[in-house]
Amino acid sequence: MYPARFRYEAPRSLDEALALLAEHGDEAKVLAGGQSLIPMVKLRFASPELLVDINNVPGLGYHREAASGVLEIGALCRHVDLEFSDVLGDLRPTMAAAAPLIADPIVRNRGTLVGSLCHADPQGDWASVMLALDGEVVAVSAAGRRVIPVTEFVTGPFQNALRPGELAVEARVPVPRGVPLGRYLKLERRVGDFATVGVAVAVETSDGTVTRAGIALTGVGANNIKAVDAERVLVGSTLDRATIAESARLAAEAAKPRTDHRGSEAYKRHVVRTFVERALHPRPAVAA
Amino acid sequence: MTRVDEIGIGGLGASRRRVEDARFIRGCGNYTDDIKLPGMLHMEVLRSPVAHARIKSIDTSAAWAIPGVRLVLTGEMAAQRNLAWMPTLSYDTQAVLATDKVRFQGQEVACVVADDPYTAKDGCEAIVVEYEQLPAIVNPTQALAPDAPLIRDDKEGQTDNVCYRWEVGDKAGTDRAFARADKVTRLKLHYPRSHPSPIECCGSIANYDPATGKLTVYMTSQAPHIIRAAVALVAELPEHLIRIVSPDIGGGFGNKVPVYPGYVCSILCSILLGKPVKWTEDKSGNLISTGFARDMYFDGELALREDGRILALRFHADTDQGAFFSDAQPSKFKIGLVHSAFACYDIPVGHITARGAYTNKAPGGVAYRCSFRVTEAMFFQERIIAAAAADLGMDPAEFRRVNLVRDDQFPYRTPFGFLTDSGQYRRCLDLGLDAIGYEDFLKDKEEARLRGRRLGIGISTMTEPLGAGNSREYDILGIKMFDSAELRVHPTGKAILRTGAKSQGQGHETTWAQIVSHELGIPAADVVVEEGDTDTAPFGMGTYASRSTPVAGAAVSMVSRKIRAKARKLAAHLLEVSEEDVEWELGRFFVRSAPNRGVTIQECAMAAYGNMPDGLEPGLENNAYYDPPNLTWPFACYLVIVEVDPETGVWDVLRVVAVDDCGVRINPMIVEGQITGGLTEAYAMSNMQFMTFDAEGNCVGSNYLDYLLPTAWETPGFELHEVVTPCPHHPIGAKGVGECAAVGGPAAFVNAVLDALSDTGVRNIDMPLLPDRVWEAITTGRDVSGAPPVKT
Repeated sequence: MYPARFRYEAPRSLDEALALLAEHGDEAKVLAGGQSLIPMVKLRFASPELLVDINNVPGLGYHREAASGVLEIGALCRHVDLEFSDVLGDLRPTMAAAAPLIADPIVRNRGTLVGSLCHADPQGDWASVMLALDGEVVAVSAAGRRVIPVTEFVTGPFQNALRPGELAVEARVPVPRGVPLGRYLKLERRVGDFATVGVAVAVETSDGTVTRAGIALTGVGANNIKAVDAERVLVGSTLDRATIAESARLAAEAAKPRTDHRGSEAYKRHVVRTFVERALHPRPAVAA
Repeated sequence: MTRVDEIGIGGLGASRRRVEDARFIRGCGNYTDDIKLPGMLHMEVLRSPVAHARIKSIDTSAAWAIPGVRLVLTGEMAAQRNLAWMPTLSYDTQAVLATDKVRFQGQEVACVVADDPYTAKDGCEAIVVEYEQLPAIVNPTQALAPDAPLIRDDKEGQTDNVCYRWEVGDKAGTDRAFARADKVTRLKLHYPRSHPSPIECCGSIANYDPATGKLTVYMTSQAPHIIRAAVALVAELPEHLIRIVSPDIGGGFGNKVPVYPGYVCSILCSILLGKPVKWTEDKSGNLISTGFARDMYFDGELALREDGRILALRFHADTDQGAFFSDAQPSKFKIGLVHSAFACYDIPVGHITARGAYTNKAPGGVAYRCSFRVTEAMFFQERIIAAAAADLGMDPAEFRRVNLVRDDQFPYRTPFGFLTDSGQYRRCLDLGLDAIGYEDFLKDKEEARLRGRRLGIGISTMTEPLGAGNSREYDILGIKMFDSAELRVHPTGKAILRTGAKSQGQGHETTWAQIVSHELGIPAADVVVEEGDTDTAPFGMGTYASRSTPVAGAAVSMVSRKIRAKARKLAAHLLEVSEEDVEWELGRFFVRSAPNRGVTIQECAMAAYGNMPDGLEPGLENNAYYDPPNLTWPFACYLVIVEVDPETGVWDVLRVVAVDDCGVRINPMIVEGQITGGLTEAYAMSNMQFMTFDAEGNCVGSNYLDYLLPTAWETPGFELHEVVTPCPHHPIGAKGVGECAAVGGPAAFVNAVLDALSDTGVRNIDMPLLPDRVWEAITTGRDVSGAPPVKT
């Protein structure tokens, strides 16, 4: 576990960090929580020439509700900050459910939500949550600032839409407009294991009718999958049993799992379906 | 004169806190990797990326060109010293560095010594090896197929991939018994490959001093004296100029018994360079290349009578040995002690056949927290016992009660020749059933089923042979399996004890002192324990197979008694009476006719150095070598209750009850710690911990994201109970215990899950019982095999 030679810089301001990234482009890697990057460097799966450690950049550790109601999560906001957050409250149940299920406590102490989105591991949990919530990523560079929807931000397994020189400084989650109902269900064999299957559900209702629905899947494809058909059938419904069943069926259809040592393809599809049903029913069916 | 309180001085039965923990929990342990010698260089191993390939060429020129690289060692160079191959502990040969072919992924191909470990790693990356890939063989079925490519073409006369064949028992008698059976229960299963995975990986620092010719090796070995003998024999170095030191060890579990190529390479590099060379294995290297365990296929039958009696047993076992037969096991039996299976049941006759296959996997067969294939044997035993009870329509607890060996049958000779000597099997079973509320649970289970919930209970009862072993049947490299202790009592009554065992976390520094305390009445705190340095420790065979307490622990008792015998002479001298008039009570000799006239053991110690009688040599030091007359036979009963989620196949453990009879407990807290650890590993095996390979022979479990060990979060709570049947031949009545729960536990978990599925017709799901396997069993009603190459 000895990495190849690399340079290390720890800028003390955002401008300094952006200047380093502008200068080194593709050869530089940003180090935030380091929970994926450091193992990859130690295993020599990644051998960046320069590590730009942004942990000394002030003012990135926040997560807050803006005046507009949008939830803003800074690049150095740790998973643990979200796990014990007062800000998420009842308005962000999907996020509140996911935060304590991220990896293990040690990883949650260091790892960041924005870093997890950038890493774009198809088995990462936050990308599903953000897909279900229609989240966005704010990227800045010496050239300026742009806002990228998460649907466009994750471009492939371990690939994101950042351009050379860009730094993802913030993730944003829109304001819920109705009564939020949200869960994140994760089947893992052990704390810290990647999800065999993860399902993020974020629904908003008004007078009992669904006004907005988000469903996204972890660990069942080359990317986190936004199950748009499964979302669509929910909108306008009253979350009746038949609609939930149809949505669960469509979510399972959207999944593209592969058989591996975590489970067979058929099994993972089945769990997607079961989890969507469980997430939308407050009680498991067997208890009826 | 108040009597010495044995518990108060930390003697037998005291739950004395572990003295070694003071340094371990403060990060002050002294592990191999903590040792830094002046001028020390660093070695890194280049491993094969493929499972089976012919080496066409190795180009090391770019590695030599890196500044800071001191040596690039290849198999060809090792061959010049006659060290490209080495003998294994199972009388096979194993490649140190590959010369002709690589035979498993992760096999050692070359190594680089450099000024620092980063440069050594850079050097490894700069070596160019050209491989011509060959078909990989990843299971015995492939290996034993008629047209299978020959893995061990290095061995003269080897024409197939059969590693060994072995047979025991009475075939004709067994066949006759089966012919008159009312019912025959058959079960096939696979015990998957696993890796002991101690937290500390393997490593060594070899320091050959060209000036003195002395070789000192600091290393992670459970058996330093065996290593010294092996180095002397293999490297042809004079044994008196070899010093092996095992400092603190961060867990062994059998993984640190074998001799690994990394150790040999570091020694060879140090000799070639005349400098200390450190090798520290990384986690992936440890997981993919060092001693695996299990990987065994069973197909067996029980002959049953209508009334529930077992008439006979027979089974065949195939083992997947990997590329080299390097089982570190000392018995005369090719497949270890697998024929100890069913020893707790009164079965008159049986027959076992076994066969080992070479495959393109890392060498397997280490005794992972067990005595040489006993884990697999007991697992098969308790799985087919559960199946037989179901076939007979009998309650599984009652079925066991009918067949368990009765207390009045000891000593009991098993059909395969073992002699079990003590136990209260039914009492343990009944205690367990009572503790878990068996009858009430059966009612709860039926009610829960009506509400759609699947509950299940599993039982496992077993006795196993621990503490190898007596000199008739056990040796390593021809050296018998005794062990040793040396005790030096100083003038002030304090003492140092050294043994030939080597703790890897078992707590020898604590418990050995307690045995001395029990025998001599010296407070345990006044005894320091040292192990692991072959220059100072008496010759012993090391720690594995739960043998420390049965063998080295017995030697501690015996040496203490020798010291006491001499102290008695000193006491008689001090008390001015004849030796026959001296009586002993803990810590003190007194005059039989005048009990108030006495001397303490400490006063005797001072007299040994300053006031000895004429004709008695000074000093109070001695040693003892102990050859155990038999193995020890602890008994255990484990019960597990689970609930299975029929929609996802996920199962939760609701309760675990353990009843262990390991004879007299020296330190009950440490015994409970061992049982807790064993049950954790039993749960792990049943639930998640297994090593898989894909069809190309790539090891899928090369890291802790893919090779899962449970954390405290998943691990259920355990309810521990005890029965004490002293071992009749051990000086203090103790039996081994370190592995019981890991051996007997897995079947209880699996039996519980299958009990929850009892209405589905499913008879077997291979471990680990992953959610998708359980779900597949529920939805199809068919058995689920985990035999490799596995889909999941």
